[in-house]
Amino acid sequence: MSLTVRIPTQLRPLTGGAGEVEVEGSTVGDALKALDASHPGMADRLFDEAGNLRRFVNVFLADEDVRFLDGLATPVPSGQTLSIVPAVAGG
Amino acid sequence: MVDFVTGLRCRECAREFPAEALHVCDYCFGPLEVAYDYERIAATVSRERIEAGPRSIWRYRDLLPVDDERPVDLGAGFTPLVRADRLAAELGLGELWIKDDTANPTGSFKDRVVSVALTKARQLGFKVAACASTGNLANSVAAHAARAGMDSVVLIPHDLEAAKVTMTAVYGGTVIAVEGTYDDVNRLCAELTSERPGWAFVNVNVRTYYAEGSKTLAFEIAEQLGWQAPDHVVVPIGSGSQLTKVAKGFAELGKVGLLPEEPAVRVSGAQAEGCSPVATAFLEGTDAIRPVKPKTIAKSLAIGNPADGWYALEVLRRTGGSCAAVTDGEVIEAIGLLARTEGIFAETAGGVTIATLGKLAASGAIRRDERVVALVTGHGLKTVEALTDSPLSGPAATIAPTLAAFEAAIDYQETETDR
Repeated sequence: MSLTVRIPTQLRPLTGGAGEVEVEGSTVGDALKALDASHPGMADRLFDEAGNLRRFVNVFLADEDVRFLDGLATPVPSGQTLSIVPAVAGG
Repeated sequence: MVDFVTGLRCRECAREFPAEALHVCDYCFGPLEVAYDYERIAATVSRERIEAGPRSIWRYRDLLPVDDERPVDLGAGFTPLVRADRLAAELGLGELWIKDDTANPTGSFKDRVVSVALTKARQLGFKVAACASTGNLANSVAAHAARAGMDSVVLIPHDLEAAKVTMTAVYGGTVIAVEGTYDDVNRLCAELTSERPGWAFVNVNVRTYYAEGSKTLAFEIAEQLGWQAPDHVVVPIGSGSQLTKVAKGFAELGKVGLLPEEPAVRVSGAQAEGCSPVATAFLEGTDAIRPVKPKTIAKSLAIGNPADGWYALEVLRRTGGSCAAVTDGEVIEAIGLLARTEGIFAETAGGVTIATLGKLAASGAIRRDERVVALVTGHGLKTVEALTDSPLSGPAATIAPTLAAFEAAIDYQETETDR
């Protein structure tokens, strides 16, 4: 199942500058692992030692923070967009 | 133009970066913090040098992350610190002061951070100022951008108070209302920052500098108390940035020798029950701040996913402070209490602070023997809607212009001393 992942500036050196990448995966976690497989180094940036999303990394499925959904286990319907967004903003 | 910035440093992994428009660590996404040469500041700064400066935040320029002969300035800061004996008596407190930041040029503390952010943004060559805002920041960015001759693009939630929208639009920039909460607006701006690298989003890509402006609250409080720190401050929590920087400001005064040592100031936080992720984590004794969907009249604090929540929590615990959340009803009561005891009309966030102050006083978390300062950070005219259903919002009677009608309507009894 194919979906689009939106890449923030900070990670674009790993995508050759691309702001969007297509990956396969049926859950948020699978999709991000697939992103690491096609663009090595991603996992290191997104996950802490325990394999959880880093404290300051937010991931949105469509417009919803996956922390409000089922986290990395959240299923992703084909054709959806995942956005990786630095958490430190605003206020 | 001499600033004392040595660069930016990640708060999480300590990687270092140049002093450019960067807010997030490339590696771990942690927030960047301005690094200063405190030894050089200590050798330069003095109470006399500050006291000879302008009556604005720029008197503390040695401790700010940018210096400029002509800063982007509407006169933010150096707002009144007023002794609040009548309010203290109502709340059972001893020595209480109100830092009245309603007196800023656009009516909130945001003028402090925006003046710093846009001065830095202009030096970095930006021509457009942008932000995500719950309203107060929108007002301030639009006004300061106008002052600086910059364009502005301000994004706000669609359901903001009318005054906050007008106070933004009037300055002639572009105002975009977004169908969603502040957290939705913020996420959009965080993404836009990648797509519009030529824009200075004051609370995104220049956030590192912007946030430093809040330190001036601590500097002013100490100077206005005769170069003494208070024992306890009560600060509202939206993103947690202001509270964190107030604590940093007090620590810096010791670090650069403006106070004899780093003062032990207890820092307590105030939130509305309808949006209290930090208070909840504090009271549950956990490190995990769970994002929430806000539902409160205190819209300027309605940030469900606070960027500096972790750090605010750390400050509350490290300084021996406390934290509480109050209901919307308590907020409205507190707005009235502050107004009728001290003559200060606060917006809903100020009601949150005063209601929390009362709650912490009643629980004993704030002691009677402490010198306490409460931060009232925005003007009540911005949120008059909150009082619509309250008796505080209208006249006691509407009458014909006759003596008889007046006598029939008035129940005010003069005392002898009134005559």
